[in-house]
Amino acid sequence: MATQNTKALARWMMAPSVGLLLIWMIVPLAMTLWFSFQNYNLLNPGNVSFAGLFNYQYFYTDPAFFQSIWNTMVLVVGVLLITVIGGIALGLLLDQPMFGQGIVRIMIISPFFVMPPVAALVWKNMIMHPGYGVFADISRALGLQPVDWFAQYPLFSIIIIVAWQWLPFATLILLTALQSLDGEQKEAAEMDGANFVNRFIYLTLPHLARSITVVILIQTIFLLGVYAEILVTTNGGPGYASTNLPFLIYRTALLGYDVGGASAGGIIAVILANIVAFFLMRAVGKNLDR
Amino acid sequence: MARAVSTRKTVVVTIFAWIVALIIFFPILYTIITSFKSETEAIQGFSLIPSGTVESYGAVQAQSNYFKFFLNSVVLSLGSTFLALLISVPAAWSMAFSPTAKTKDILMWMLSTKMMPAVAVLVPIYLIFRDFGLLDSRIGLTVMLTMINLPIVIWMLYTYFREIPGEILEAARMDGASLWGEIFYVLTPMAVPGIASTMLLNIILAWNEAFWTIRLTTTNAAPLTAFIASFSSPQGLFWAKLSAASTLAIAPILIMGWFSQKQLVRGLTFGAVK
Repeated sequence: MATQNTKALARWMMAPSVGLLLIWMIVPLAMTLWFSFQNYNLLNPGNVSFAGLFNYQYFYTDPAFFQSIWNTMVLVVGVLLITVIGGIALGLLLDQPMFGQGIVRIMIISPFFVMPPVAALVWKNMIMHPGYGVFADISRALGLQPVDWFAQYPLFSIIIIVAWQWLPFATLILLTALQSLDGEQKEAAEMDGANFVNRFIYLTLPHLARSITVVILIQTIFLLGVYAEILVTTNGGPGYASTNLPFLIYRTALLGYDVGGASAGGIIAVILANIVAFFLMRAVGKNLDR
Repeated sequence: MARAVSTRKTVVVTIFAWIVALIIFFPILYTIITSFKSETEAIQGFSLIPSGTVESYGAVQAQSNYFKFFLNSVVLSLGSTFLALLISVPAAWSMAFSPTAKTKDILMWMLSTKMMPAVAVLVPIYLIFRDFGLLDSRIGLTVMLTMINLPIVIWMLYTYFREIPGEILEAARMDGASLWGEIFYVLTPMAVPGIASTMLLNIILAWNEAFWTIRLTTTNAAPLTAFIASFSSPQGLFWAKLSAASTLAIAPILIMGWFSQKQLVRGLTFGAVK
């Protein structure tokens, strides 16, 4: 009797969040799917008609589409490489005894709390600016020609900014994992004469494997949606050189007023994100069973 | 002897770590330094010693009514956090204390809603907001931020609640505690730390959210993310002002973030790494 009551109560306690998330997921997604098959331009809203697969074809044949997919991949992979390798290195560093560890830690994790527009603008104006930036000052001090980062290497510059924002996240998670490594195992390996490299390859790395997977998957989800950093620095240019898929969809929707085209792009983005999500869910789900 | 070696090693590690940390922290540090320079000083080349003027802070407020954006950020992040907690505490509670066969599936499904890329629903959300008059309104944006952070909040609360031992409830019941007594005197004190850290992380995420806050606002409901993004236009060349605005925008969250390092790992990995 009591359990029956508790169960009913439990169901009622969950109802609001389940209901809201259900609406939140289904309604906009269904609308996007519906729009993706329509000719619908906000400049001409009276004239909506069925388009079949035209929007997909249009998006697919647009040369900017492939470039944006490519840019999205370069951005995600580039940032992942920097943050995972850098995160392991920083994690190992922070795991050593040192003076002022708390302050070092605070300084290293700080970039994560900087809102994306601030991070991007600070890097653009104060660090990478070809005239007044710190990099330009360093180049001049060394007698070199300052580099115009955002004009010459737009995507690379954005990768640097985004990697700076996400390095703390990787570091923090990998450090947490490192700290849970059994001290006795480490000592035993040391006693057996394993050097640092061997200990790292055969003991530390396998221990970190799961956390690295989690870092990669979660960052991928967020990195697929990088937007503000591009908006305030290159605005996708020059040309489409630094346009990723979210930015292309934004351009199509709110600058081109093409609802149908943007929706088709949105559906493609959903499919891409789902491929990543599938693996992330498996990794997280496994943990839930333990 | 061994002790001397390890001390020397610690000193080397310390010096190296401080150099690395200062390089990573440098953009933030330099922003704070530049905010205390005058505009002419700011473009005079590299200098770590500002004249200490606060004119940029005054100018930011006078020119663009900085405080309004700040207030919007506060209202949106606190409002959405409060709303999200209101909805998710009961849900997480029931999933942690009376789990059913479906609990795991529901949790995974909730997580999956977080995977939906924001741009995919940009068009419908924009149209819905337009038709309901919610564009550039605090209410609309609060609801928006609540929804995008709801899965993280539920998950985080769930992982905290799950660690509260069930036996303690039985013990309380044996001692004659009523259901409400159980909730108020036994469970709530144990759940407060978890709720507090969830709140902290959610405020940080809401404060820094920079897609919807930029796209769905123009002036009235625009928070700091949108305000700073507007500096990408030519007025962004006033670096001392940009630095002052940036410093004010990140300072509260930076400080909160320092206190929530541990919870951050847990919250953002959905309990997969503790």
